[in-house]
Amino acid sequence: MNEQTVKTQDVLAASSRKVMPAVVAMLFGAFLVIGVGFAHSDTIHNAAHDSRHSFAFPCH
Amino acid sequence: MFRRIFATALLAGFLGGLGISVVHEFTTTPIILHAEQFESKSSAPDQKQGSVQNPLLILAHGKAGKADKDGHEAWGPANGWERTLFTTLANIITGVGFALILVACFSLSGGAINGRTGVIWGMAGFGVMSLAPALGLPPEVPGAMTAELVPRQGWWFLCVAATAAGLWMLVFKKGVVWVVAGIALIAVPHIVGAPQPARIGGAVPPELAGHFAAASLVTAAIFWSLLGWFSGTFWRRFETRS
Repeated sequence: MNEQTVKTQDVLAASSRKVMPAVVAMLFGAFLVIGVGFAHSDTIHNAAHDSRHSFAFPCH
Repeated sequence: MFRRIFATALLAGFLGGLGISVVHEFTTTPIILHAEQFESKSSAPDQKQGSVQNPLLILAHGKAGKADKDGHEAWGPANGWERTLFTTLANIITGVGFALILVACFSLSGGAINGRTGVIWGMAGFGVMSLAPALGLPPEVPGAMTAELVPRQGWWFLCVAATAAGLWMLVFKKGVVWVVAGIALIAVPHIVGAPQPARIGGAVPPELAGHFAAASLVTAAIFWSLLGWFSGTFWRRFETRS
């Protein structure tokens, strides 16, 4: 393993340390927004009805 | 880094969601309640006739108006404080969800973030999530004529993804090619076109529907400004701790 390979691995590790938390946060954020604004469950729809209309999410 | 992103988004989302709930209470919610009076006044047979004649045509309905196959109505919060409570809760969860996406963008951008630059990021969120989709699918008041739900939701996601990618090219990439590609990408969903109802003329007066569309966009701008400012401020404050 030469010096260049080690450097590349370090850069990749640093980059994944930065990117991973952001990707997880984005996925979890999208999960929350889709759950409240887009889920087809009638109960969730009724509970979040006014919020869906106010945020202009497509609603029935 | 995980802790910094999640702590910032939880606080900013909670405060932004709570703040916009107060604004909604005096802006969009009264129009929704007013519109529901027209929606319930318009006779049910008329609506049913419409849906029988054209299955693609449905009305954006009011709260708790949906029955399952056996005719049971799904649970819905009672009008008054219960409805306000659930709307506030939904706004807070939506706020945390959008804040997580916004703060993840802060983290990936690597740029200096504070309350002021947070507001600029918030405006980008407003453009992507509210303004661009509103051109094809204007904010709907309950009782508005609409096309089928699933294609509209699909178009909404297409529009948000294309606008976000296009805006990223315009802001972070240099060169004429990127500018042209960015503008083209932002235009694509509108050239494709959002699903539209086959027939228009809903139960709610156009004056009310127009007022609602404006109120929804104005409150969305306030929401994204609040969310951006809180997110940027907390993101900076938690810098030394991570």
